[in-house]
Amino acid sequence: MPQILVEGLAKSYRVAERAPGLGGAVRGLFRRRWREVKALVDLSFSLEAGELLAFIGPNGAGKSTTVKILSGILRPTSGRVEVGGLVPYEDRLRHVARIGVVFGQRSQLWWDLPVLDGFDLLADIYRVPPDRYRARRDELVAMLRLEPLLAQPVRQLSLGQRMRAEFAAALLHDPEVLFLDEPTIGLDAPAKLAVREFVKRLNRERGVTVLLTTHDMHDVEALAERVIVIGQGRLLADSSLDALRAGVFAERRLWVDFTEEAPALDIPGVQVRARTGRSLELAFDPAKIPAAQLIASIAAAHAVEDIHVDEPAIEEVIARFYDLHDSSEA
Amino acid sequence: MSAALRPYAAAFRARFLLMLQYRVAALAGFATQCWWGAIKIMVYAAFYESAGAAAPISLPNIVTYTWLGQAFLALLPWLADPEVGASIRTGGVGYDRLRPIDAYGYWYARTLGWIAARALPRAVLMLLAAGVVLPLVGLEAWAWQPPAGPEAVALFVPAFVLMILLAVAVLMLANVVVAASLNERGVNAILMPTVVVFSGSLVPLDFFPDAMRPFLHLQPLAGLVDIPFRIYFADLRGAAALQGLALQAGWIVVLVALGRVAMARMMRHLEMQGG
Repeated sequence: MPQILVEGLAKSYRVAERAPGLGGAVRGLFRRRWREVKALVDLSFSLEAGELLAFIGPNGAGKSTTVKILSGILRPTSGRVEVGGLVPYEDRLRHVARIGVVFGQRSQLWWDLPVLDGFDLLADIYRVPPDRYRARRDELVAMLRLEPLLAQPVRQLSLGQRMRAEFAAALLHDPEVLFLDEPTIGLDAPAKLAVREFVKRLNRERGVTVLLTTHDMHDVEALAERVIVIGQGRLLADSSLDALRAGVFAERRLWVDFTEEAPALDIPGVQVRARTGRSLELAFDPAKIPAAQLIASIAAAHAVEDIHVDEPAIEEVIARFYDLHDSSEA
Repeated sequence: MSAALRPYAAAFRARFLLMLQYRVAALAGFATQCWWGAIKIMVYAAFYESAGAAAPISLPNIVTYTWLGQAFLALLPWLADPEVGASIRTGGVGYDRLRPIDAYGYWYARTLGWIAARALPRAVLMLLAAGVVLPLVGLEAWAWQPPAGPEAVALFVPAFVLMILLAVAVLMLANVVVAASLNERGVNAILMPTVVVFSGSLVPLDFFPDAMRPFLHLQPLAGLVDIPFRIYFADLRGAAALQGLALQAGWIVVLVALGRVAMARMMRHLEMQGG
């Protein structure tokens, strides 16, 4: 039995709409037009205990909606959802006691209270036994280097500091599953690294199941073995990052620096993507011409100074993927 | 403390301690209420001078009634909890749904913390000013008098507790409407005059025309001011006082039940949109 099971999940919102301008406003007083927005159309996937899954997709794809349904905040329009054998929105009290949630754009700590007071309150709200709470808190404080921040009111923390505190807050009750909705949004590079490192440790060492949504492809590269791509409320891909990359881009890239002006190359299956002075950027399909053979044939014909092969950047992979599925936000 | 209540006590504590920090607001509220109390008492004095014999409550009692009303003004449920409106607008309510505790109880405890913290400093200052300073400066006749006797004290204590619980039960209904309509202005605009008039905060309910009184004494808001304060100076005593307590308790049960149903419905329809 998987820890998270989602089958045929759909969620539509009803939004009021009116024509722009005064005329539209007046008409809206008498007759309100409603439009149905389908955030999720048909989504199915499952996740085993201890897995770490990244959810990616363009803005408006339905990622946050999925997290909100899984965490029990929202009720789906149709479909089946189970987390640890419980239906989140039917059995809310039991369900939420077993999960932790971090929304990157919101705070669950008390804005005007010192961090430590917020932790104490959460321990009371989750009814964590005092000795278990102290042990757990001390461990999280050490892992997240929160010691110097404990006495500060939350409003005085930087975003990076606050996110570290938010992570601790979400984990004080020792949840089995952690939902992270854009946890690295707005963070600087060191803070992002710290968050990734922490999430990885949590998953590896404690076996916490993690589902995260993100736009930061480096999060995905650093963390997830498995990636789900959704677009317009549907599942587009569910695979490893490497498989995703291979599926989207058969091609790879070769950068060549020549000792003199870059020559005109005409090798079948190889495209010149860019030419700057003595350098060429080539795209090739390794199925048609293996990298070794390509390099050998170039080096045989020209004086080469430096050469390296690379894959397309992950951002490019994803952007291309969205385009292929025509799922960028309208 | 019992484990069952631990989360709610925490929610109360968080809000209570936070609100107590607003000292300037408390002083400003105290100043306004002194001023307003003094004006009301002057109006009563003028009224009693011309028609005192017809008044249903004696002048010293009406003075005490007025000071009590001013002291506990912040306990009146005339403004929906601003935290509810704010959390609905910012989406913070989403986090409320993630707590493994009863949603109604959670908000109830927070709103209770809010009004209790607002009322406490104002009430203490008012007691000092109207109950201690006024007699000391020779204005004994215009002072806040102690309760009528041991029996009045014994009855006033539960009436006071029920008055606070009732106030929060009323506020919870307002909170639910705020959450459903996403805005507190409409609710507050209706709540404020209704509560001030029907609780007896404006004038004691016995000052209203005879025909209205049976209704006024049975409706829920009477338990907010009229019943507890009249128990305080033993205008309500014995069986009548017990009836008053029963009325307060009964309305609390009804309003809490209503609030729970309304909140459950509202929460089912609540949709959190956006990324």
